[in-house]
Amino acid sequence: MDTNNRSIALIDVNNFYVSCERVFNPQLEDRPVVVLSNNDGCAVARSNEVKALGVKMGQPWFQLKDLARKHGIIAYSSNYTLYADMSNRVMSILAMFSPNQEIYSIDECFLDLTGFRTRNLTLYGQLIRQRIKQWTGLPVCVGIGATKTLSKLANHLAKKQPQFNGVCDLSSMTSFQQEEWFERIEIGELWGIGRKLAPKLNAMNIFTVSDLKQASIPSMRSRFSVVMEKMIRELNGTPCIELEEVSPAKKEIVSSRSFGIKVTDLASLEEAVSLYTRHAAEKLRRQNSYAGAITVFINTSRFNKPEENYANAFRVSLSPQTASTIVLTKAAIWGLRKIYRRRYQYQKAGVMLSGLVDAQTRQTDLFGLSPISKKTEVMSVIDTINVRIGRGTIRLASEGITKNWLMRRSNKSQNYTTDWEELICVTK
Amino acid sequence: MSNRGGKRENAGRPRGQGKYGEPTVTVRIPQSQGVTVKSFLDAYQRKRTESDLETVNMDDIFTPVINEQPIRLPLFSTKVAAGFPSPADDYVEKRLDISEFMIDHAASTFFVTIKGESMIDVGLLPGDKVVVDRSKTPSIGDIVLAVVDREFTIKILDQGANKMPRLMPANSSGVYRPIYICPDTQFEIFGVVIGSFRRFK
Repeated sequence: MDTNNRSIALIDVNNFYVSCERVFNPQLEDRPVVVLSNNDGCAVARSNEVKALGVKMGQPWFQLKDLARKHGIIAYSSNYTLYADMSNRVMSILAMFSPNQEIYSIDECFLDLTGFRTRNLTLYGQLIRQRIKQWTGLPVCVGIGATKTLSKLANHLAKKQPQFNGVCDLSSMTSFQQEEWFERIEIGELWGIGRKLAPKLNAMNIFTVSDLKQASIPSMRSRFSVVMEKMIRELNGTPCIELEEVSPAKKEIVSSRSFGIKVTDLASLEEAVSLYTRHAAEKLRRQNSYAGAITVFINTSRFNKPEENYANAFRVSLSPQTASTIVLTKAAIWGLRKIYRRRYQYQKAGVMLSGLVDAQTRQTDLFGLSPISKKTEVMSVIDTINVRIGRGTIRLASEGITKNWLMRRSNKSQNYTTDWEELICVTK
Repeated sequence: MSNRGGKRENAGRPRGQGKYGEPTVTVRIPQSQGVTVKSFLDAYQRKRTESDLETVNMDDIFTPVINEQPIRLPLFSTKVAAGFPSPADDYVEKRLDISEFMIDHAASTFFVTIKGESMIDVGLLPGDKVVVDRSKTPSIGDIVLAVVDREFTIKILDQGANKMPRLMPANSSGVYRPIYICPDTQFEIFGVVIGSFRRFK
């Protein structure tokens, strides 16, 4: 048994985007379904039936069209509005099961179950799983261990090994049983070991999780980094990675998208950059920050011939730091004009806000601009109106009206939970 | 001269030491404008403290904002130190919220639009929205949103003679037949219908 005194659970939704689509469309049950990335580019979520056909994560859709025709794969464009709403539901239900929750991604969250150990945690995990399934229709797996790394590993087992029935509690196993599992999990499956690190470890004769767990901490630390040390200690049951219950304010904000069609003219790029700047600025104001610089970037498709390829970026410093869409848009368009070259077919544009500070640490201008300027007030009025009446009700004219370059999302499902006009309709 | 009664020199809080950092005066304002004036003054006070960081307590500055949720203030509860306070102030509770009436668990509640006429006898007309709560355990007699052979249907949950579930329509015209669930039917209850609503205009 573990001598350590913590129990961390990692809960994640199986094939999250596909599972969301299935809740509202029973026709998809037992059928091969993929969800494609923005612009219907790559497979970003696969049902088990599609995984069984050998489709890899991130595989481009054009490579899959033959397979799709043969096996009747149903492809959906991503509906992030729906997924975000379903994610919020799942997270709020999970919050009922522990006072300490870290939302790790759109479909994963850590819960600290240390205080619940008087109960059988495997049964508690089943209760969580059953509750999420009933209340939202989404299937989840639960992994429990003494550290975050071990809970991730337990979750992997819960998902891959049917005998766990969706819930795996490593801390309820003897160290001998744990060791048996660790010997069977390849090192590449471990949380934090990327595609680059796995071959390096293999070269050192570290192939399984068990090999890494027994590796010498000082030599691994000097060879890699303190992150590796933490990973090994976590595998041995010593918590080194804390639960982050409040997500820290972002240091950078990026807003970028691929275009639905190839864009060559400056006017369309300016419209796109204006829109992305507004989205980034809204995010910035939501976390009460000000940006010290804005970087604008554009690039052509990476599948182009080298002579047709162009990518560039331009960083504009902002003094004083600002959160005004108007100032940021002016700066972004100024930067864009510096890097724009004719005759290229652009596939993507974006902006990044950096040097973020909060309202209190913001530097005032040498010439005495008051910290609360008219612009701040205008922006907060615009934000309030946009929240109340709908996103983008008030925007700068530089965004344009037609937006020919907008994302292609040819088979997006309805916004079943966020739009009165798009609810499930029952005719029978 | 007598030194009894009347104003005493230097008594009370020195002028300009209040929350606005300057002398204040008493003003009569219309009661209906109380909230507006109060929020103006709050903004004014914030502006002063933000532009004058040295006077702000350091603890206030570095307190992280946790779980920023809209705060609902009871209406009309703000008093302005002028005029006679409303005698009803202590009895103010809250505004009625239709969501609160219709929804028990927001996380498990979904809205669905009715298109057919199979349930008109229980008051579900085409165009109505129904409230479906997945957290409720369905019982015999409940109106449920079910999935039968991959299709959604709204019916009354009932039990046939063979103890198998059956789904009953509510339309006396007899056009709609009960749906009998057999062991080989794909059958699932999506959620229990706990209410409905419609607008006339």
